[in-house]
Amino acid sequence: MDLKETWKSSSCGNELPKKVPPDQQSFPSLNSQQHQREWEDPSLLNYCTRIDQQFLGFNQRPETPPSAAFNPNSQLKIPDASKTQDWDPRTMLSNLCFLEDKIHQLQDLVHLIVGRRAEVVGRSNEFVPQQQQLITADLTSIIVQLISTAGSLLPSSKHSLPLVNSIVTQLGQLDGGLFPPGSGLNGFVPPHNGVSKVEDQSDQIDPTNVCGPEQNYSVEENESKDEEDADDGENLPPGSYEILQLEKEEILAPHTHFCVICGKGFKRDANLRMHMRGHGDEYKTPAALAKPHKESNSEPMPIKRYSCPYVGCKRNKDHKKFQPLKTILCVKNHYKRTHCDKSYTCSRCNTKKFSVLADLKTHEKHCGRDKWLCSCGTTFSRKDKLFGHIALFQGHTPAIPLDETKGLAGQSDRGEIDESPNKVARIDFNFSPDTSIEGGIHNATNSKGNLDDPAGYFSPLNFDTCNFNGYQEFPRNTFEDSESSFSFLISGSCNYPRKTGGESGSNDPQ
Amino acid sequence: MNLLTKMKKPKQTHVPSTNYFDLLSEEIVFSILDFLDDNPLDKKSFSLVCKSFYTTESLHRRALKPLRSEHLTKILHRYPCITNLDLSLCPRIDDSSLTVISNVCKNMLRSIDLSRTKFFTHVGLSNLVLNCVNLVDIDLSNATELKDPAAAAIAEAKNLERLWLRRCKAITDIGIGCVAVGCKKLRLISLKWCLGIGDLGVGLIAVKCKEIRSLDLSYLPLYVKLWTEDLVTYAGLVITMPAVGLEITKNCLLPILELQYLEDLFLEGCFGIDDDSLAALKKGCKSLETLDMSSCQNVSHVGLSSLTSDTACLRQLILAYGSPVTLALADSLQKLSMLQSIKLDGCLVTCPGLKAIGNWCISLRELSLSKCLGVTDEGLSSLVTKHKDLRKLDVTCCRKITHVSIAHITNLCTSLTSLRMESCTLVSRESFVLIGQRCQCLEELDLTDNEIDDEGLKSISRCSKLSNLKLGICLNITDGGLAHIGLCCSQLIELDLYRSAGIMDTGILAIARGCPGLEMVNIAYCTEITDHSLMSLSRCSKLNTLETRGCPLITSLGLAAIAVGCKQLAKLDTKKCYNIDDAGMIPLAHFSQNLRQINLSYSSVTDVGLLSLASISCLQSMTILHLKGLTPSGLAAALLACVGLTKVKLQESFKSLLPRLLFEHLEARGCVFQWRDKVFQIIEMALRSTFYYLQAEVDPIFWKLQLEDVE
Repeated sequence: MDLKETWKSSSCGNELPKKVPPDQQSFPSLNSQQHQREWEDPSLLNYCTRIDQQFLGFNQRPETPPSAAFNPNSQLKIPDASKTQDWDPRTMLSNLCFLEDKIHQLQDLVHLIVGRRAEVVGRSNEFVPQQQQLITADLTSIIVQLISTAGSLLPSSKHSLPLVNSIVTQLGQLDGGLFPPGSGLNGFVPPHNGVSKVEDQSDQIDPTNVCGPEQNYSVEENESKDEEDADDGENLPPGSYEILQLEKEEILAPHTHFCVICGKGFKRDANLRMHMRGHGDEYKTPAALAKPHKESNSEPMPIKRYSCPYVGCKRNKDHKKFQPLKTILCVKNHYKRTHCDKSYTCSRCNTKKFSVLADLKTHEKHCGRDKWLCSCGTTFSRKDKLFGHIALFQGHTPAIPLDETKGLAGQSDRGEIDESPNKVARIDFNFSPDTSIEGGIHNATNSKGNLDDPAGYFSPLNFDTCNFNGYQEFPRNTFEDSESSFSFLISGSCNYPRKTGGESGSNDPQ
Repeated sequence: MNLLTKMKKPKQTHVPSTNYFDLLSEEIVFSILDFLDDNPLDKKSFSLVCKSFYTTESLHRRALKPLRSEHLTKILHRYPCITNLDLSLCPRIDDSSLTVISNVCKNMLRSIDLSRTKFFTHVGLSNLVLNCVNLVDIDLSNATELKDPAAAAIAEAKNLERLWLRRCKAITDIGIGCVAVGCKKLRLISLKWCLGIGDLGVGLIAVKCKEIRSLDLSYLPLYVKLWTEDLVTYAGLVITMPAVGLEITKNCLLPILELQYLEDLFLEGCFGIDDDSLAALKKGCKSLETLDMSSCQNVSHVGLSSLTSDTACLRQLILAYGSPVTLALADSLQKLSMLQSIKLDGCLVTCPGLKAIGNWCISLRELSLSKCLGVTDEGLSSLVTKHKDLRKLDVTCCRKITHVSIAHITNLCTSLTSLRMESCTLVSRESFVLIGQRCQCLEELDLTDNEIDDEGLKSISRCSKLSNLKLGICLNITDGGLAHIGLCCSQLIELDLYRSAGIMDTGILAIARGCPGLEMVNIAYCTEITDHSLMSLSRCSKLNTLETRGCPLITSLGLAAIAVGCKQLAKLDTKKCYNIDDAGMIPLAHFSQNLRQINLSYSSVTDVGLLSLASISCLQSMTILHLKGLTPSGLAAALLACVGLTKVKLQESFKSLLPRLLFEHLEARGCVFQWRDKVFQIIEMALRSTFYYLQAEVDPIFWKLQLEDVE
């Protein structure tokens, strides 16, 4: 178990080498595959989650568009072993110098911690795990860096992979003593969150660019909303397509990509492709691993349509006038809208309820906006509709609102309350009240992605930030539902620290 | 209330003998009075003759333009038959004034002008509209404070036919929507500069008010293609745009063009209209007679030909500051068979374009090429060839034209009544002789900044109908030439001699003798002019505007003569007449009871003179910069005493010297202050210590040289 914990840490770190010059990127972070199953051991979950949250706390820009550092092209180069073979001793030297610097920095940090610990004996040691975590992460990154540097000497990157893994495993064992399980903050995490965290982990080891699939993902989701209604007109003859019916649990799970063989769900297609490797060699080809392009999928696929598991529903395959659903997303939205409780209530009007978070968001955009009022009492959400109405009917006139200056009050308090357990946990992971405030503000505005690199908050030392950019790839997968098309809103709001609620409210990117 | 007190005198001296006027029926007296319309003083005199005349005149008067709102109740009771009420001179009209009007006038009132007054709200308007149900005209221009509730109040005026809402910036589509629904009989609506009104409001007007004849949509934020509510900078102002889309664009212009009776359409400065949207309509307006598309930079001949496709009876077309006048544009307008007037001011003009206009089969009556770039002799000559019936021609600042053009114009367009050719500096002296010889129907002639000399003036004096003559900055003319004008042009009403340095007292004397009907005279910076000129001008009893800026030889004596002789004087500018002092103000205060506007900057007037002006009850505007003898307390007293003031230009320094409360009080009375912080120019010049500038300031020749240097 200890092993897994540290493996997690190192897996965090193994994103780091991507930042060093391309010819040294010999470390292919594909090692997650081997550990996939092990992760699912529930006993590990809490700890993994804890780390995850820790990082998320500093993950200031989860939706930042891919910067140069995240350029998909550079990411794709990683498995390309040919480049790493012709290594340059000068780069090696600079690499080693870099590592040396880092070790010195870490040393300073430890010194600092030692000094501080002496100062604050009386205080609760809530920072202790953080510091430990910090050191662990830094150490891990150094080790990984070292391995990757060493790996560049090896003839092929394939060989480096087991090496890395073994070293990382060893590291984990070392680290285990340093950081005993069960201590720290496991208690903060509700067990149910842990379930989703498993998937999160798999996400984070995503070797390809997280940002890329992520964006596609949101687009998909947006489109699918319309598709659900649009496919009504589609008249596929029965039998011309394959009907899949997901179970209720699957539908409500926060996955959108499902393994066709075992049915396991993933939030990202890239992770699914990683998973598919385990089902056989045919999935290990570069083509299968590469991001699927629509053109490349030229071979005729059997048309798949989906059935709603709710018996009696028109979308259920047993229904007389069965109308299939086009995609899994359609199924999910349909099922939630039709057969689930409407658990999201509009915080402004307190009357409208929704079962799909995206619907709530859409509604909130318009809720409380200027109502265009006709003398006949009819209200319109759009001015042109009101004028069309008035042009049509004799004697109707536009009505002038009593108070000419309609405020937009109540817009600021739109924080996501249902995410509060995670929120609390995250706040407590902040290093100090100061950083928490700053972090809060950043979080509030982070969807704009125009802030300074917030990785600096991670460590009081001035680490080369490129190493920590890796952490930004840890996305915000703690949401219980899959409405990730709006996840940037949520990530903005659910990161609100309580202390700075006012500020963050006013900084609400919406 | 002067009238009422004076009234008593004739009453006492009234001889109880037979009054022959008693034999006349009221209708006959009324029709006699109708002929007195020209001069308001005549009617006043008539009403003062006797009690019956007073009553008759009271019953006869239909239109009233009061200066103050305080006396509204009494005035309105005196004149029970008032139908037209112009309140534009009242500095303050508030809701109570409107309530008085609505209670007294009731159904009689048909027209009310509330432009330039700003203290009333929708409450007063609502009162007015509900009581005066026969209101046909309402002018609310410049009521920038009015919002949609005011528009909703107006919407209750069911008989309203004409509504002016110029610059009512706070009224939005909602307000105008109410008007559109309420005022079904609207024939004219002016929404110029109503920046809050967009396509939706305008569209609704066109849909609901089918009687519209005249529609002014100038500078409206129309047809801007935005899909969402957004902030847009429009004409330098940031305003909230309504959600407007391309479809709506069509919907807005389409109903306008479908208006059956639409005659005048003003779309000046509608930047949102472009060729695409006009071409997409593929529709013109059949009844249209006047179309103004000035400053519509996005409309070229393509859009224009689409808009004028069905427009058979278009008479006037205004395309100022628009797309270049090319062959294509001229050709696209060729089929407008009824066109009489075209204005192309400020457009880039090409020779083929002008030639093509010259080849139109119609004969234009009016053509304006003011400030057009590219007007050459060739273009202009070929343009006028076919348009022999031209009555009005404006070639202001067409600096390339020479004698050739003028020879052509005068040769062909002999029936010209108006020729404006300011700053056509290449036109030689001989050309002006031609103008006098050939265009004797001229009534208006603008020769500002030209090479005309006495010979030309002598020739021009043949235009006996000349009423408006501008000879500003004509440095070659002298008294001799002007004397010819004075001898022959007895109809002269307006004469401008601004900086025409050759003019002296004899010239003015000749003018004053020969042109008794003069109403406006400008002798600014004619530095040789002395009191004698003013004394001779004092015979022009109709004189209402006199500008004597920078005439240092003029003294209070001359001004006193003007005050005594020209009772109609309404505007007086004596800036930089350093010798005018309090002695000039006292007769002015006593005799010029119609004075509305005065500029006393740089004169030697002091507190006393300024305070004495308070007895002029009409006085509304004062410019009093750099009065050496003016003290803060004197100024305060004068400002408080002049109750009718609406505009005062003051030195910035007085702002701190006088209590804030005073200004607040005056502003509440309806007075607007304009603060100026200019350095006293004489001191400025002394500081520069160059004779040249001093010379330039007063000597027109030097002034012009300086001007040319700058150019």
